[in-house]
Amino acid sequence: MAMFSQNPVLDGPNYSFAEAPQVRADGFREHRFNPYTDNGGTTVAIAGDGFAMMAGDTRSTSGYSINTRFAPKVFKIGGSTSSQEDANILLSVVGFAADGEALKERLDAICKMYRYRHGKPMTVNACAKRLSTILYQKRFFPYYVYAILGGLDEENKGAVYSYDPVGSYEREQCRAGGAAASLIMPFLDNQVNFKNQYIPGSGVGHALQERERTPLPRSDVEVLVKDAFDSAVERHIEVGDALQVMIITKDGIEEKILPLKKD
Amino acid sequence: MDHRPQAWGRPRDDVYGAYDASYMQTNNGPTQHTQQPIVTGTSVVAIKFKDGVVIAADNLASYGSLARFTDVKRLRKFAGTSVVGFGGDVSDMQYLDRHLTELSIDEAYKSDPGHSLNARNLHKYLSKLMYHRRSKFDPLWNSLLVAGLDDDQKPFLAATDLLGTTFTSPSLATGFGSVLAQPIMRRYAPDEESAAQLTQEKAVEVIKECMKVLFYRDARSMDKYSIAVITKDGVDLKENEKLENQSWAFADRIKGYGTQTV
Repeated sequence: MAMFSQNPVLDGPNYSFAEAPQVRADGFREHRFNPYTDNGGTTVAIAGDGFAMMAGDTRSTSGYSINTRFAPKVFKIGGSTSSQEDANILLSVVGFAADGEALKERLDAICKMYRYRHGKPMTVNACAKRLSTILYQKRFFPYYVYAILGGLDEENKGAVYSYDPVGSYEREQCRAGGAAASLIMPFLDNQVNFKNQYIPGSGVGHALQERERTPLPRSDVEVLVKDAFDSAVERHIEVGDALQVMIITKDGIEEKILPLKKD
Repeated sequence: MDHRPQAWGRPRDDVYGAYDASYMQTNNGPTQHTQQPIVTGTSVVAIKFKDGVVIAADNLASYGSLARFTDVKRLRKFAGTSVVGFGGDVSDMQYLDRHLTELSIDEAYKSDPGHSLNARNLHKYLSKLMYHRRSKFDPLWNSLLVAGLDDDQKPFLAATDLLGTTFTSPSLATGFGSVLAQPIMRRYAPDEESAAQLTQEKAVEVIKECMKVLFYRDARSMDKYSIAVITKDGVDLKENEKLENQSWAFADRIKGYGTQTV
């Protein structure tokens, strides 16, 4: 922990070495069971015109050890069976994996109950609100996860909703979550939302015009996501092994597994 | 007179005075949770091969650095089709063992013949149990490996720990084994495809090699161990194996770590 605490990019909870007894101000050592750990990993979600793409690496870590090289963290939600063939929503969870699994199973059960009672799948924005309330219900013993929900809205436009562990959420065009979020998010700001991009020769000072924002085509997004993860793998030890990509369009959900560096 | 059933068979208060329950152990204090493991088992190692899974753990239960119990069996059969390997607190292991015995009896009565819980079902059950207990701030201080076959009769191997974290991999190890044994096993089974090529003989050989390395370098380990091979034909569990052909002959070739000057 101390090794990286000076690094502003990795500031905040990162490696889970908090097992040692805490020394209190009065000098007594306090043994306390820590119900959380950090399993590393990173997720990215980007909304396009007629699609939404969710991606996550498949490495699961504890400290410097790799638990497994293949633990997917993007899930189909709310299909009518456990095979999730007719699912219309994607959920990615990163942070504490056991909480992530519990959260996924709860949201999935709720979406399945909705489908059973109403005879139609839940819309993405309804599901997004519901996920927020689920997270907030555990406000004082939170699910330690950064969740991102993806799907298509009523106009078949890509929708991405991002959350903090206690349920604050907003709809966005793109979001990175987890261990390397701080490495990937600025790249996405520039490449998806065209931040700091201006029209050449449009003027100086206030006359300078920003590049017009438009949703990216799918081919561009696929390249962007792969590049983002390849870069994160180089600079973050908790990211790597394989990249799981899910693309949701009006024709359904496609899944791809691409290799990443395993070092 | 008090005719309520609660009073039946008890000394009457109006004759003998109020019953003095002070000698009884009543739990009036705060509820005690496991704060730390006391008697512990060390690593469990396991690897998949083409027809099943091999899993092993030594027979030692340590009390801190004291080798306290030397014949503790840390591999447990379930329903004749799966094996659970326990690391961590031994009393919590014994609790889980009783719990699983009860579960398997209930399941044997309830379900149709040939439809008992398989390893995947068992792992899901145990991980839910572990997560539930951590959420109550009363964890079962163990890391578990569950080995067996899944719904499609394919080899299944998964882990869960005191936090309820779960993962699967072609090879798994708990405790010290995750740093000492896992790199050895990953040489033979880096991915599912290569695990599906491994023969049973090779897998057993790799596991025995891992147990030997662990005995060399894990101070809380022992040379007596249990090993189980799980295939379609059932579980072959041997609980009194002994490591063979160890030698520290290589030790005098190791240089550069200590204070030696030559």
